[in-house]
Amino acid sequence: MKKIELVSEIDLNGLYSWLQHPEAGGIDLFIGSVRNHAHGKSVIKLVFEGYEPMAIHQMNKLADQAIKQWPLKRLLMIHALGSKNIGDPVVVIGVATAHRNDAFEACKFLIDELKNTVPIWKKEHFTDHTVWVNAHP
Amino acid sequence: MEVLLFGISKEITGQQTLDVSSDLKINTVLELKKWILEKYPEMGNLDSFAIAVDQEYANDELNISDGQEIALIPPVSGG
Repeated sequence: MKKIELVSEIDLNGLYSWLQHPEAGGIDLFIGSVRNHAHGKSVIKLVFEGYEPMAIHQMNKLADQAIKQWPLKRLLMIHALGSKNIGDPVVVIGVATAHRNDAFEACKFLIDELKNTVPIWKKEHFTDHTVWVNAHP
Repeated sequence: MEVLLFGISKEITGQQTLDVSSDLKINTVLELKKWILEKYPEMGNLDSFAIAVDQEYANDELNISDGQEIALIPPVSGG
């Protein structure tokens, strides 16, 4: 069973509850959150924009690949859009499996590929300027 | 055809979407990329950019036409 969503607020407790499964001995939850610095400067907030239908489509493709590759009982990929403050969760990858190795591997695959291919963009807001992350070499 | 824009590409072009006139006879992803770079040279300063057709990343050789959902995808930075 998979859950793929773009949301404005992330409810970590609700997601953890959703991941629980009687046959799962391991739950791996990756939470990406807003860091207070980048390139040695203070970050005030991050603003996320998505090409929403394509992002959902690409996240589903990654989820289906992971489901083929590992015996997953539950899989979730949740990304927040909009303005996020320091410490806020912005992305959650969660998998529930019988054994921990599958959970670690699937979770790493999903977050690495999400960062490479899912059309979501973040803008860092510093005190005096803004930067679209990864835009320029 | 209309090209959807996101992130930095909206700022570079000053537009929400790009209108590509049928007079330009743009038939492939590569031709579209070249036209975008000619019209907005600043796009060439980006690390890269991709074109998505119907929500899939498209190869340069792919044919494109009206009625497809076409989007310009600047370097992604989710997560």
